[in-house]
Amino acid sequence: MSDHAHDHDHPPHLAHHFETSEQQMESGKLGMWVFLATEILMFGGLFCAYSVYRANHPEVFLFAHQYLDTMWGAINTAVLLASSFTMAWGVRAAQLGQKSILIIMLSLTLLGGFGFMVIKTIEYSGKYSHDIWVGGLNGFYQKDGLLLNPEGNYEALHYLDEKKAKKYGKDAHGDDHGDHAHGDSHAAHHGEDTHAEATPVVEVSGIGRPAAAEAGLIPSLTEYKAAIPTGGEAFVTGVGAEQIAYHGSHYPEFDELAPMDHNSTHIFFQIYFMMTGLHGIHVLIGMGLITWILVKSIAGAFSPAYYTPVDLVGLYWHLVDLIWIFLFPLLYLIH
Amino acid sequence: MSVIPNPAPGDVAAEKTPTEPPHGDNYITHGKGFLSWALTIDHKRIGIMYMVGVLAAFFIGGIMAIALRTELIAPGATLMFWANDDAALNSNWRLYNQLFTVHGAVMVFMFIIPAIPAILGNMVLPIMLGAKDVAFPKLNLLSLYCWIGGSIFFTWILFGGVIGTLFGIQDMPWYFPKGLDTGWTFYTPYSTETNTGVLLGTIGVFILGFSSILTGVNFIATIHMLRPKGMGWGKLPLFLWALYATAIIQILATPVLAITVLLLMAEKVLGIGIFDPALGGDPVLYQHFFWFYSHPAVYIMILPGLGVISEIISIHSRKHIFGYKFIAASSLAIALFGFIVWGHHMFTSGQSALLNSVFSLLTMSVAIPSAVKVFNYLATLYNGRIRLDSPMLYALGFIWLFTIGGLTGLPLAALSTDIHYHDTYFVVAHFHYVMVGSTLFAFLAGMNHWWPKMFGKMLDEKWARIGAIMTFVGFNATFFIQFIAGSQGMPRRYADYDQQYFWYHLFSTLGSYVLTIGLFIVLFNWIHSLRKGKPAPANPWGANSLEWHTPSPPPHANFEDGVEPEGVDPYDYHGWDYDESIDGYVKKEGYVPKEHH
Repeated sequence: MSDHAHDHDHPPHLAHHFETSEQQMESGKLGMWVFLATEILMFGGLFCAYSVYRANHPEVFLFAHQYLDTMWGAINTAVLLASSFTMAWGVRAAQLGQKSILIIMLSLTLLGGFGFMVIKTIEYSGKYSHDIWVGGLNGFYQKDGLLLNPEGNYEALHYLDEKKAKKYGKDAHGDDHGDHAHGDSHAAHHGEDTHAEATPVVEVSGIGRPAAAEAGLIPSLTEYKAAIPTGGEAFVTGVGAEQIAYHGSHYPEFDELAPMDHNSTHIFFQIYFMMTGLHGIHVLIGMGLITWILVKSIAGAFSPAYYTPVDLVGLYWHLVDLIWIFLFPLLYLIH
Repeated sequence: MSVIPNPAPGDVAAEKTPTEPPHGDNYITHGKGFLSWALTIDHKRIGIMYMVGVLAAFFIGGIMAIALRTELIAPGATLMFWANDDAALNSNWRLYNQLFTVHGAVMVFMFIIPAIPAILGNMVLPIMLGAKDVAFPKLNLLSLYCWIGGSIFFTWILFGGVIGTLFGIQDMPWYFPKGLDTGWTFYTPYSTETNTGVLLGTIGVFILGFSSILTGVNFIATIHMLRPKGMGWGKLPLFLWALYATAIIQILATPVLAITVLLLMAEKVLGIGIFDPALGGDPVLYQHFFWFYSHPAVYIMILPGLGVISEIISIHSRKHIFGYKFIAASSLAIALFGFIVWGHHMFTSGQSALLNSVFSLLTMSVAIPSAVKVFNYLATLYNGRIRLDSPMLYALGFIWLFTIGGLTGLPLAALSTDIHYHDTYFVVAHFHYVMVGSTLFAFLAGMNHWWPKMFGKMLDEKWARIGAIMTFVGFNATFFIQFIAGSQGMPRRYADYDQQYFWYHLFSTLGSYVLTIGLFIVLFNWIHSLRKGKPAPANPWGANSLEWHTPSPPPHANFEDGVEPEGVDPYDYHGWDYDESIDGYVKKEGYVPKEHH
């Protein structure tokens, strides 16, 4: 194209340094793919940290992921996949110049992103209200053998047992069923131990048993705190093997667990919050971008000759989706 | 931005030569006022603004280097020589820790990494491609502002720390960080324990990383998409091959640094413990993450330099580059090898012996593409008509320094010797030979080479050569002796030392003063040329890559109206004749290049 033609047949969207619309579009696509490569490398670093972490603490991951709600995770996966589909449809509509379909599809995609964030907020606040958070804020966090947050620990333990009880029903508890040989022996064991007894090991291992709570066997929070020895050592052993032995006999999923330490769940949750948090930020950025092209498409900025931004935002949105496809099994579906 | 010449239209008319663009309009005079610079999307102006900023960063980092060497001129406290009690002495050592940390961080993140790609790359990459601009001009401007934003964090830390320490202020307000004393590497667990400005430092690194990534994305897309008719990959100038390889590293390695510093920030702020053993983390994992970026980053620093030297060696010996394909391929090979050798920074970190051996072997393989380049340079020089202009002096110095820097890498790559040299001045000398000796010299070579194109003014050659020789002598005096000091056991990062190292340090410090004087001569020569330099012809060196086919300085759209650049063999100099009247080269009438590739 000569310079003369350049001055006259210049479509408004064509930047001055490109010769043709195709060249501009291809450049934009290449740039976006290269940028997506950087995103993958960045999350790659996180996945790498996850692998090292999980290899170092397999039992923690196996245990702690049960705090997560697979149902919410699955719904969110479906929501995000559906929004990816509407996004792809939107790109197609832009290519064909179907303005109203484009607007509908972008709105649906935006709605999907919004739904994802709402569910994520429900999940996060559920964790937060039960003191399952990161680092020193995590209910299980302890330093130098001292539990920093006994209330949180109480809350978090209680939370898991409630969740499990809801899932398997109260019937699943050994107290009510004689067919669990171990359960009976443990129930008997706990039945004998009241919270007044001086061995903190047993006190603590009784925490959070819904059935035991009903039977008045669970200590109140005050009593629970009082039972924590100042040195902390007895407490640490207290939530160790014994409690797992108790759990292992009552809930099917715990049966295959190696002995582990409740106090380590923060290890799982710090990588969980890091990965899902960074992903969530990407969802928010993607929603911002979709809003931007939605406004532009309402203004009629796109045509079959020029729809590059829709295409590029679509690519970005698919990447956000793709990362979640990896996060979901790695965090929620551990076996 | 006061350094930038903005000649009044009258001046331009007065200095008009036959090679001036017909309208007398160039990218510097095109548009006036602060906003025409601050909001420009012209890659050349962005390059100039990078130049001002990066040189300012170099100045800050350089002052700290001189302060460090001055502290080390003799045993005992030197910087705070009035220190007479323990508290004051402690301040002195703290000051030293802050100085070497911020010296390292500023020089690496704010100077060496952006120097050649952001200044020279931005300046000439699109013109070398015959393009009007980079593929994403607005992104280019954004990356400049990311650079400025990140740099502000570092400077902020620096001033807070130095003021607090020098004046013994214990309770600095929160907005004055207490310096940074972790070393530029931010190793955990110290970096999560110290109360200095690690958080601000990592935010700065994160933002600077964005700048680097955006530049990389831009350059890759530009080189792929904006080549002119007839410029296949085989006619791409070697500087662009080098920038291309650099951009690949930038986009593949920098995101890993981003996640590393994000995790570090999360560890500091939220108490996440990926690197904290008390929380089930692994401190060595930090080192793996960090060096997975920072080793390739060494090649982000050196590859553009090698590209500059490839151009200059050929142009100033008036001979076609020898082994074009091998030099181009070796750039990509270095980029590739750069990703698989990071473990050699961790031989003493307790990683397994098997891993150590593998990394040792892989590290030595980097010598192959590096040697390919050096031998091709020598073969290019052989039988050439060598012109000892200042860019060529730097380039010859580069070959010498790069060779020493490379060869001294071998004892560090070998496991048994590395145990002895680890964390000594031998390492300090080695990486300064590669980073400063090679990259800085390539940067200065490129600046002197493209200066006439950037500003349309010639440098004073006599002073340019004096500056080149002084920096070369000063650099070697500063750092060569450190190989010996290191092999004698002088550990790095120490503010005080035994009497037995006194002469080494004295010599090194005096050398650094010579280097400083040399660099100031270079700077004054640049400033002088902006004010009083002779107008530059379009092609003062007789080069053939496309940026020399357009006036100096180039017009706003890089080429004059109606010129449609076509790919040429950038190393075919037969089409140019020297014209004494303009002290430059003009195109030979009717010259038909013979096909090279």
